Amino acid sequence: MSRRFTPKIVTANDLHKGDVVYLTADDRWSRHHFEAELIEDEAIADIRRIEASRQTGTVVGVYLADARPGPRGPEPVHFREVFRAHGPSNYPHGKQTETAAPRP
Amino acid sequence: MYTYTEFDDAFVRNRVAQFRAQVERRLDGSLTEDEFKPLRLMNGLYLQLHAYMLRVAIPYGTLNSRQMRQLALIADRWDKGYGHFTTRQNIQFNWPVLADVPDMLDALADVGMHAIQTSGNTIRNVTADHFAGAAADEIADPRPVAELIRQWSTDHPEFQFLPRKFKIAVTGSPNDRAVTRAHDIGLRMVRDASGAPGFEVIVGGGLGRTPMIGKVIRDFLPRADLLPYLEAIVATYNLLGRRDNKYKARIKITVHENGLDAFRDAVEARFAELRPAFSGIDQEVLAGIEAQFAPPAFRQADTAIFDARYATDPVFRSWADTNLTAHRDAGHAIVTISLKTPGQTPGDATSDQMRVMADLAERFGHDELRISHEQNVILPYVHRADLPAVFDALRAAGLAAANMGLVSDIIACPGMDYCALATARSIPVAQAIATRFEELKLEHEIGPLKIKISGCINACGHHHVGHIGILGLDRAGVENYQITLGGDGTEDAALGDRTGPGFAYDEIVPAIERIVGAYLDHRDSPAETFLMAYRRLGLGPFKAALYGSGEGARDRAA
Ligand code: SF4
Repeated sequence: MSRRFTPKIVTANDLHKGDVVYLTADDRWSRHHFEAELIEDEAIADIRRIEASRQTGTVVGVYLADARPGPRGPEPVHFREVFRAHGPSNYPHGKQTETAAPRP
Repeated sequence: MYTYTEFDDAFVRNRVAQFRAQVERRLDGSLTEDEFKPLRLMNGLYLQLHAYMLRVAIPYGTLNSRQMRQLALIADRWDKGYGHFTTRQNIQFNWPVLADVPDMLDALADVGMHAIQTSGNTIRNVTADHFAGAAADEIADPRPVAELIRQWSTDHPEFQFLPRKFKIAVTGSPNDRAVTRAHDIGLRMVRDASGAPGFEVIVGGGLGRTPMIGKVIRDFLPRADLLPYLEAIVATYNLLGRRDNKYKARIKITVHENGLDAFRDAVEARFAELRPAFSGIDQEVLAGIEAQFAPPAFRQADTAIFDARYATDPVFRSWADTNLTAHRDAGHAIVTISLKTPGQTPGDATSDQMRVMADLAERFGHDELRISHEQNVILPYVHRADLPAVFDALRAAGLAAANMGLVSDIIACPGMDYCALATARSIPVAQAIATRFEELKLEHEIGPLKIKISGCINACGHHHVGHIGILGLDRAGVENYQITLGGDGTEDAALGDRTGPGFAYDEIVPAIERIVGAYLDHRDSPAETFLMAYRRLGLGPFKAALYGSGEGARDRAA
């Protein structure tokens, strides 16, 4: 019995700054969730994750997160990823002010 | 207070130099993350949700004005101008950049501070009663013993790779403000029949996934036997503790699975072997440390200026009634500076606020500050005549909330706003509850009430021992908050009872309001505190207030 695969993005934290980054289709690490590559195929998602994990000099803690298509690009599904894409709720710190990310 | 010896200083500097080289090798690619991670954790550096986080130890919660100013400087220069004080008497900086961390550690070393053993499966920062040395109810200042334990445990060759992390707390007072029964080892100073001071030794307490109240392994341990006995406990745990399953690796499980009696027998046998090796040097060291913790010379002065302000200024009076604690010297008071102004992040202080507190400690407080596990700052030695000036300065800095021990004095862990392990947010829940009760103007009428919030089952926010405990969970991709009632972190330690199904993020504040409403409706008199009322009434009226009449059905669905 096969379940429908939830699309994924590859995400990690930047080695130097520690902030959240997303793997783009053209193999850059973007600060913006909407620029991430939305991967619809499970096997490809695994390959992309494994490739990204080898970039140990650039990023830390690579993993796949659920995402869905949105008007500007992929949007986070789980609330943890919403917070990661935005920043903490108690101060205007992190992505919400540093990268002009839209409010979720 | 304790000042570093040359040995301490050289040790810490050496560790910073080592770590600087490790960071360089990580950044130039010679170390992988797998190799680097244990090294950074040994130096208190975590990777959290949005950034790295540096956790700095404040041993037994004591620091001086110079150290506090240095924390402010670090916050300004390498972070975002604030720091977060934690339930383990540490401070966390939430935004450091990896390459800056060695400089931050050097700046800490300049004032005799470090981030060693704030992580990893070692003996962590030893915590103590935040009123130590000042409290009226104290047998003796517990900090010399805490410092002795710090020296013994720091870099202890046998205990760098324990089955799991290990936390020790000490109190010198019968009124336990150090939550000793929720630690791997808790030490409570007691006297034996002849009046000689010693310790009641408690083992196997802890919160987290499997919360347990510690058990007394020794009713009375003579002071001179402390280190060999601690060594025997930790060595026994090192041998018997499980390494196959990290959820069963804490000493509380070791004690539980082996039984207290069998564990005690093993400890006593080991103690008998170890005791002769302790020739008394530890006691000489302790005597030296004790000299450094000698109480300040308490000045005798007229308190008329305090009395006059108290009689005429209701705002000052409210603060004095709420945030002062009885001092061993009648002319002095212990001041609790609230880092819980309603709406604020519990435990956060800006660099400016840190400098204000440092100045006050220097001018009025014998240069001492304490960090409490309840995430407030203490000035332990303020003469009553100086209290009006201290209050005015605090008020100007936004630090004069009169809420110690009240509903808005909430412990909250960082939760999902920062912590990578979190399953839900805790900070905004604390902010919303505090703001709501501020609006209701009911706080002082409600009286003593400790709310404690954790953002996951690890329980850094001590929710199990909160009179009202809140645990944030992820239920099918939605934040959900479970409530426990009747927990207690004092000498009468108790774990809270779960009320039933949890509440969604936007339901949790009204739920807490209903609990408090039920308490106000059911209490005998204002003298019956929330905890007393709960102990008398049990869950019943609170469940009814929370869930209404459909409670049975919802309960089964929990
Ligand atoms: S209780 Fe959980 S969420 Fe809160 S600080 Fe601890 S590990 Fe993080």
